[in-house]
Amino acid sequence: MKYVLLICDDETNPPTNEELAADPVHQTWVADLERRGAKLGGERLRPVVDATTVRVRDGETLVSDGPFAETKDFVGGIVIVECANLDEAIEIAAGHPYARRGGVEIRPVWE
Amino acid sequence: MTAPDGVRTAVDAAYRDEWGQVVATLIGLTGDWDLAEDCAQDAFAAAVATWPRDGVPHRPGAWLTTTARNRATDRLRRDAAGAAKLRQLAVLARAPDEPPMEEIPDERLRLIFTCCHPALPFPARVALTLRTLAGLTTAEIARAFLTAEPAMAQRLVRAKRKIQEAGIPYRVPPAELLPQRLAAVLAVLYLIFNEGYDEEDVRRALTAEAIRLTRVLVRLMPHEPEPRGLLALMLLHEARRTTRTEDGVLVTLENQDRSRWDRSLIDEGVETLDQALAMRRTGPYQVQAAIAACHATAPDAASTDWPRIATLYTELARLAPSPVVDLNRAVAVAMADGIPAGLALVDELASAGRLDDYYLMPATRADLLRRAGRSAEAKTAYEEALRLAPTEAERRYLSERLRNL
Repeated sequence: MKYVLLICDDETNPPTNEELAADPVHQTWVADLERRGAKLGGERLRPVVDATTVRVRDGETLVSDGPFAETKDFVGGIVIVECANLDEAIEIAAGHPYARRGGVEIRPVWE
Repeated sequence: MTAPDGVRTAVDAAYRDEWGQVVATLIGLTGDWDLAEDCAQDAFAAAVATWPRDGVPHRPGAWLTTTARNRATDRLRRDAAGAAKLRQLAVLARAPDEPPMEEIPDERLRLIFTCCHPALPFPARVALTLRTLAGLTTAEIARAFLTAEPAMAQRLVRAKRKIQEAGIPYRVPPAELLPQRLAAVLAVLYLIFNEGYDEEDVRRALTAEAIRLTRVLVRLMPHEPEPRGLLALMLLHEARRTTRTEDGVLVTLENQDRSRWDRSLIDEGVETLDQALAMRRTGPYQVQAAIAACHATAPDAASTDWPRIATLYTELARLAPSPVVDLNRAVAVAMADGIPAGLALVDELASAGRLDDYYLMPATRADLLRRAGRSAEAKTAYEEALRLAPTEAERRYLSERLRNL
């Protein structure tokens, strides 16, 4: 199964890339992914103030600033993983430091 | 030759006892939940058609599983997309005239854990468990949960789709996940029981289903104490069920006719609890069952061992903290150490505000105030409880209390 992990938090005091790289929880998580050979790809995203949402309604393209929905937590990164099943995806997601800061939404890839 | 009535009974018994296992085995073989249900249904239809003629097979479960499996093979053969599944099945497919397998591994445990996976919405877990394991029809489940049948059907379809599309594994979780996942399974079974326990109408059958499913779980996980704890709890509650209301009015534990409690259920409940406790790994269901056992084995209300019940509630509050448990503990303390000690705990809970709008909060306060002879305050509290009480039986009881102050 292929899953996309949406790494979310409310963006209060977001760590810099350097701080994240130095976070032992994050380091353990990266090492675990490597050991599993599960990571296919992924990137950290700029904060939600830099986000643009595009919707097309009745043939008209609506562009709005900000995230796609009003919510407390925002997607701050995505990771694409390939693993055996949802339980393994949950295990991987639960190891990410943002699972504590905010949450990680797991979405199966529509293949 | 078996008499038709006897055959009917045998088919009904097989449906009750074997449905879950037939479905579980077919899901294990094909990975297709709808196909599994359809083929199980076909197998039972075949039993109704052939058992009167050929007699009830020596092992009805093995006969039904073999028949369902052959049906699945036929259907997949006709379906091009089924080719891959068919290869898997071919290993296990058998000629129709071959005797059925003697030993079929029980797949129901995998099915229970999959139905109760935390990635599914809670109501879907309950519905799926009742449909695939207990064999209730969608219409029966809809009636039991006061939901329209199409909405219930939709809930089941969505749940099965999510299992497939999100990759929820069909398995018993590994040891490190087991405590958490087992708790989720027990929560579903207990909810099914409580849905049936609180109502006198169509939902009654749910308590029997919950007990039956919990017995299966106990048999499949003989070394886990909490399923036994839950079974004991259900049996001890069930033993008192018929005395809980009289002419539609709630009868409190204190005033129930103990001579009408079901002794054999109480004995079995106590024995089951003892087996669980002997494993020396405590858990919230075992503690709740121990409390229920204190009540069920007291010869009369006056000889209830309240100090022990208070201790058990303290233990329960540690294992599964909740304001409702604290409220129950306050009652036990009132009965063990005197009303003022209990009232103090209730007032503490009230000021924390976590039980606002919960009718048992003012009802408990009212009852303690009445026992303390503080009628005016009791009246106010009963009135508040009456405003919040969810069922007619409870409202009737509270009105009667109010009149008798």
